[in-house]
Amino acid sequence: MANVAVCVLGSFGYDRAAQGAVGAGRALAASVGGEVHVLVIGPADEEAVAAMAAVADRVVLGANQELRDVQPEQALQAAEQLHAAGSGDYVAVLLSNDTYSQEIAPRLAHRLGGSSMADAAAIRMDGDHLLAQRTAYGGKAISIYRLKKSPAVVWLRARGFEPAPEQPSSGDVTPVDLNLDPPRIRIVGREVAAQEGVRLEDAPVIVSGGRGLGGPEPFQELKKLADTIGAEQGASRAACDAGWVPPNWQVGQTGKKVAPELYIAIAISGASQHLLGMGDSKVVAAINTDADAPIFKHCSFGIVEDYKAVVPLLTEKLAALSG
Amino acid sequence: MRVLVCLKQILDPDVPARDFEIDPAAKAAKRGGANLVTNIFCENAIETALQFREAAGDVKVTALCYGESSAEDCLRKAMAMTVDEACLVEREGNTNPDAAAVGQVLAAAISRLEQDGGPFDAVLVGRESGDWGTGQTGGVLAEELGRPALGFVESLSPGNGGITLRRQTDVGIEVAEAEPPFVVTITNNEDNVPRIPKTRDVMMSYRKPLQKVSLADLGLDGDEIRNGFSSFEVEEIFVPTDEVDCELAEGDTLDERVDQLARKIHEVVASIG
Repeated sequence: MANVAVCVLGSFGYDRAAQGAVGAGRALAASVGGEVHVLVIGPADEEAVAAMAAVADRVVLGANQELRDVQPEQALQAAEQLHAAGSGDYVAVLLSNDTYSQEIAPRLAHRLGGSSMADAAAIRMDGDHLLAQRTAYGGKAISIYRLKKSPAVVWLRARGFEPAPEQPSSGDVTPVDLNLDPPRIRIVGREVAAQEGVRLEDAPVIVSGGRGLGGPEPFQELKKLADTIGAEQGASRAACDAGWVPPNWQVGQTGKKVAPELYIAIAISGASQHLLGMGDSKVVAAINTDADAPIFKHCSFGIVEDYKAVVPLLTEKLAALSG
Repeated sequence: MRVLVCLKQILDPDVPARDFEIDPAAKAAKRGGANLVTNIFCENAIETALQFREAAGDVKVTALCYGESSAEDCLRKAMAMTVDEACLVEREGNTNPDAAAVGQVLAAAISRLEQDGGPFDAVLVGRESGDWGTGQTGGVLAEELGRPALGFVESLSPGNGGITLRRQTDVGIEVAEAEPPFVVTITNNEDNVPRIPKTRDVMMSYRKPLQKVSLADLGLDGDEIRNGFSSFEVEEIFVPTDEVDCELAEGDTLDERVDQLARKIHEVVASIG
């Protein structure tokens, strides 16, 4: 058998990232004639479990209450036990790109005697090995890795993958009682950053500002534009590092990896580390004074102009068009 | 208490894209005119460790690097930042980015350093490197050492019987209580920007102990590290050429140009519904 497992965190539900991860799992399993098993770490609501069962051949549910608020050490232990409770001989174990999944992947691979890889944008089997494609050198290169040990444990740029189609019949749901040790590193407090609207990763339209704005005030002007077209706001590393906007606005290699339908980059030159965070956007528009800025090699359309002259006028025109 | 910081020397990631080239035979970037530097998240880790020492007192900070002889510069700089001592595990011309092999080497070196000087309460690793950037080393090392781990940590402070960690997740900050010994990967924030060494400390750094060990000293076989422990290899690497033709707004007046832009944006937004 060449089955594929997809680990999802129950408390996150069957969100766009989980949908992408299961979609990637379905495509991989189909290429080798195997099944897709979803391993659910922690309790999930009934609706989410039903949605996962509709697209998977089997759902293995580790609904221990202590996993309701994710403790990373216990989530890792849960993933290991769910793997054994599933078919236990998966060719690949796929994870999404949330913080917990990112830290689970290399450790789970080590425990299973497999190979691990991070932030894969494409995966395929080549004989017994999984090939994973991702960026390297801060986005300047694309690299393809051959994972030599099985299972290949890979966290994915999950929102870049198409969701899995529903199957003719729902997969079985198998609850498993996990045996979890108390964690030696325990999360004792969470300070959820104030966030208006949807998560940046799930936003269909994003308006981002960069170094060229020169300070925090212009983000107010960008907010008017964003509000007019129902967009969320993002920023480049330079703008976040300067303290103009909160760190969780950062789009880039070390910030958020976003995949909106439309990404509007304003006064952002397009350093490779920024392109890496917005590379999955369907359409990119740029506003920049420098016609030679790299962003203009990575956008569908744009305008070479000072944002100060463009943004208020653009907001006005868009308001008229949508009104 | 003892704190260990693992460092990696990499090609300067700020080399402009136009000067960046791949060596097809080596399946890695060409050195070209680029400098070798300490990976930025590793420098954030040094700064985080030093701030912990300043807050907790009586903490000895050790820097460890697995790299070629040039990586001695990273360790000297770490000691100029006031790290107390350093150890270089000399790499034998291996550019394999495989974290599984690197984790083995670091774990063996840590065992040796702990035999000599007592256990490390905390091991700090950068969250990812600016070259391959697979972000696996911290996790692999934690498993090699059999210690708990937490990723994306931005600070350590003395806690209730243990060490309090603050870390960044995609929805906000988490605070954790950790029982030593443990491993953390370090990310950057506004408070752990690496300090600039003082001239006096740069001079003093040459008086601090820098131990050099070979793989053989650690009981490891270079060939085995390259082949046996390796869990992945680079199949292919290339510079992407997926540059698109950007349609720039045209027109005699600003109003005309912005109008074009507005219509295109409106078209996309309307199609989303």
